Amino acid sequence: MNLKISALDYIQEVKIGNISAEDFVAKTIERIQSVDDKLHAFLSINDKAVDQAREIDKRIKSGKKIGNCFGMPISIKDNICIKDSKTTCASKMLENFIAPYDATVITKLKQQDAIFVGKVNMDEFAMGLSTEFSAYGPSKNPWNIEYVPGGSSGGSAVSVSAFECIASLGSDTGGSVRNPASFCSTVGYKPTYGLISRYGLISYANSIEQIGPLTRTVKDSAFMLNLISGIDSNDNTTVDNKNEDYLSGIESGIEGKKIGIIKEMIGDGIDPAVLSATKDAIAKLEGLGAICEEISIDMVKYSVAAYYTITATEAGSNLARYDNIRYGYDFPLEGYEFNSYISKARRNFGPEVTRRMIIGGFVPSAGHAGKYFLKALKVKSKLTKEINEAFKKFDFLISPTVPILPFKIGEKIDDPISLFLVDINTVTANLTGKPAISIPFSNSNGLPIGIQLMADSMNDKSLLQAAYALEQTVNLPEVPI
Amino acid sequence: MTMIGLEIHCQLTNLNSKLFCSCKANYREFKINENICPVCMGLPGSLPRLNQEAVKKATIIAMALNCTTPKKIAFFRKNYFYPDSPKNFQITQLNIYGDTSVGGTGSVMIGNKKIRITRIQLEEDPGRLIYEGSSSKNQITLVDYNRAGTPLVEIVTEPDFETPKEVRDFLNILSDILANLGVADPSLEGAMRADANVSIEGGKKVEIKNIGSFHDLEKAVHFEITRQESLHSRDIEIIQETRHWDDKRKITVSSRSKEEDLDYRYFLEGDIPWVTIDPDIKKKLQAEMPESISSKKERYVSKYNIPEQVADVLSSDKYYSDLFEEAHTESNAKEVANIITTELMGLVDTREKREASKFTSTHLRDLADAIQFGKVSRNSSKNALHEILKSGKDLSTIISELDLGNVSDVSELSEIITLVISEESQAVEQTKSNPQTINYLVGKVMQKTKGKADPGLTLDLLKKQIGV
Repeated sequence: MNLKISALDYIQEVKIGNISAEDFVAKTIERIQSVDDKLHAFLSINDKAVDQAREIDKRIKSGKKIGNCFGMPISIKDNICIKDSKTTCASKMLENFIAPYDATVITKLKQQDAIFVGKVNMDEFAMGLSTEFSAYGPSKNPWNIEYVPGGSSGGSAVSVSAFECIASLGSDTGGSVRNPASFCSTVGYKPTYGLISRYGLISYANSIEQIGPLTRTVKDSAFMLNLISGIDSNDNTTVDNKNEDYLSGIESGIEGKKIGIIKEMIGDGIDPAVLSATKDAIAKLEGLGAICEEISIDMVKYSVAAYYTITATEAGSNLARYDNIRYGYDFPLEGYEFNSYISKARRNFGPEVTRRMIIGGFVPSAGHAGKYFLKALKVKSKLTKEINEAFKKFDFLISPTVPILPFKIGEKIDDPISLFLVDINTVTANLTGKPAISIPFSNSNGLPIGIQLMADSMNDKSLLQAAYALEQTVNLPEVPI
Repeated sequence: MTMIGLEIHCQLTNLNSKLFCSCKANYREFKINENICPVCMGLPGSLPRLNQEAVKKATIIAMALNCTTPKKIAFFRKNYFYPDSPKNFQITQLNIYGDTSVGGTGSVMIGNKKIRITRIQLEEDPGRLIYEGSSSKNQITLVDYNRAGTPLVEIVTEPDFETPKEVRDFLNILSDILANLGVADPSLEGAMRADANVSIEGGKKVEIKNIGSFHDLEKAVHFEITRQESLHSRDIEIIQETRHWDDKRKITVSSRSKEEDLDYRYFLEGDIPWVTIDPDIKKKLQAEMPESISSKKERYVSKYNIPEQVADVLSSDKYYSDLFEEAHTESNAKEVANIITTELMGLVDTREKREASKFTSTHLRDLADAIQFGKVSRNSSKNALHEILKSGKDLSTIISELDLGNVSDVSELSEIITLVISEESQAVEQTKSNPQTINYLVGKVMQKTKGKADPGLTLDLLKKQIGV
């Protein structure tokens, strides 16, 4: 059985009866059992997955109506709620939290007969870009297990890249889908803000984050987007996409399209291999008839600072609810007064979360907000203005997804500032609400390099078309695991 | 000069659901922690979904209190840790980044005095803490989240009050206005609560919290003024602080927690997009607004010739004015008003009594008509009313069952009159010199008929038989 097929191929194979959902899911579980000791993508495995696949096979055989996923095995980042299963956010704080409800994306995928093989690792509460900040230990990059897989949706990227599932859902607050996609050589998609319901996604910085798919191909991302996007009464920030079909016309090409090369994203600190891959990508796109031109987005240089200020502020508020009174982990309440209890109970947050809580308590506080938080909001609105201006001229903006290659586990963990700066190319899409995608493009000494394309709000469909065009120019080696 | 300002919280009890989820706004009928869901419990991953009806109701309140209403409203997070707050922040409104609360400046008249409203904001109520255990050693705190997320409006006034009495009058008027708008039932326990700011000439502002009832609010304000004046007279500085009302000792006590030092780190609630309230919606809301108390009163006086004082009492209470509106006709309006204000108000003066009674507006209309057409005497009508409240039977059944109908049969009445004339010969003589005496004889007839004789007919027949 070939586990290395795309989602669309899987569906085709099941439809024509070449494979059964049960076989495929069983083999996937075996694969997880054989490689995940090394990779640590998964935090929990769904032990009913094979039974669920068998049920789907039965329904297929009896000719009943079947959902578009046909039992496809999908992994879910552990900050998305699946009813009656543990959702820990890779934190000790939520060690025993069992979600009593399904996230909207989970409800939608269940209706389409997807099978959730397990919940996958992440940086604690999605804060990080290496998955080293998981309270349950880091995930490893399948291309070289001494290297980080990126993050925070590291488990998602590893599980897709190492064939432990066909597709995964991650969340992207400042690049958390695109960064690990780039480091693990998968496609990672961050849609327009509001395109996918966040109901059931545990908030980190709710005003800018989105759930997004990680897949083997661009078409698979479009397919996933078809299933999980759209307006949701449970999330007031969702937008109506009128049931857009992101797959139709995906092969339209990019002839005549204008692409802006963001100067600030290929400047100081960029790895030469990444720069040369980016130039190569630009040449390939020009070869397909696109018109590429450099553009300066001045505010990009402040974007990381603004990003960390805003996300810390929102995180400080979003994570305040974890006082261990209503749910959490085993730590009895008796004998404490409220304030002393919560300050003790909240020590279960890991170091990175604690760092951001402290920043989040400071930057929006009275007397400091003007210098930090309000200034960050100003950067956000100026950046949005500049990007909107750019999209008057360009159809897409291009940059490397991450300016550096994957780094070794432990290499940067004690240097938060240099870690923060790795986000420079991804945070703009979040701060401005624009859709962005990372496409596996190149490989340097066995380490993957991804290229990022960004489009204007609600232009997700044309963005996927451009990404598909670029993807067709690529021929990459197979993951060595 | 003494300056008193108020912060009034009123639950929008007439809404169907909570502010951000579909749990019931009327949490009172539930067992502990049974009116909750992932949203109002602030469970990880849950998101608020704004109850649009609550925005409308709050806008109606703003309009009724003559407040400005912005084109767009926004919600903010007020961050603080407290066990009754499931998210450890409250979703509320704020005006520091422009007027984005549901109501801006406005005013309410108490008599001839204008009380200015600073702003009105829509926000969520927290859960309820229940303390158990007698001593601090074995005390435990339990939390009931049924109330968490109940829609509240906070009405903030300028410090325009000068006396506790003005405060009390204002709260009564405000509570009548809110009830009349059909947005809230302020008489429900805990539905309407108020904090007060008190400062005297030369002193600092002191905030009083935790006041259970309007009655206690008046007392608390009174106590606080006295306390501050006493400090002032002894040249002791009045410090700016928050004090709590001690319900048992009826005094204010300095709060040990320094609430004024709390930094709420307000920022925009990103999960709720700005809400546009366009002029068309406002126009529609204005048109749908119930008639105001003052306009009702005016109508009762001018159209039905109801005495001003009666009209005042009748119009200000929603329960009674609704009854009046449903029961009255062009001809019986005065009688209906009379029954309500002289009889009914004394009998169903509490919510419990109203709810227990089986009284309807149909009863009221029948009763007023029966009095007007002489079917029952005013006297018997009181007995009938008692019976209606108890049994809920219709008036005609009650009249026949209790034999309350007027004696208006000429031969039956004539017999009784003949008897009275024979017994009261002296009085009969007197009527010839003093015509007023005839009323005494009417009274005697009433006595014999237990008040059921038709008074007009009795008088006619008496006059005829005596020959005056």
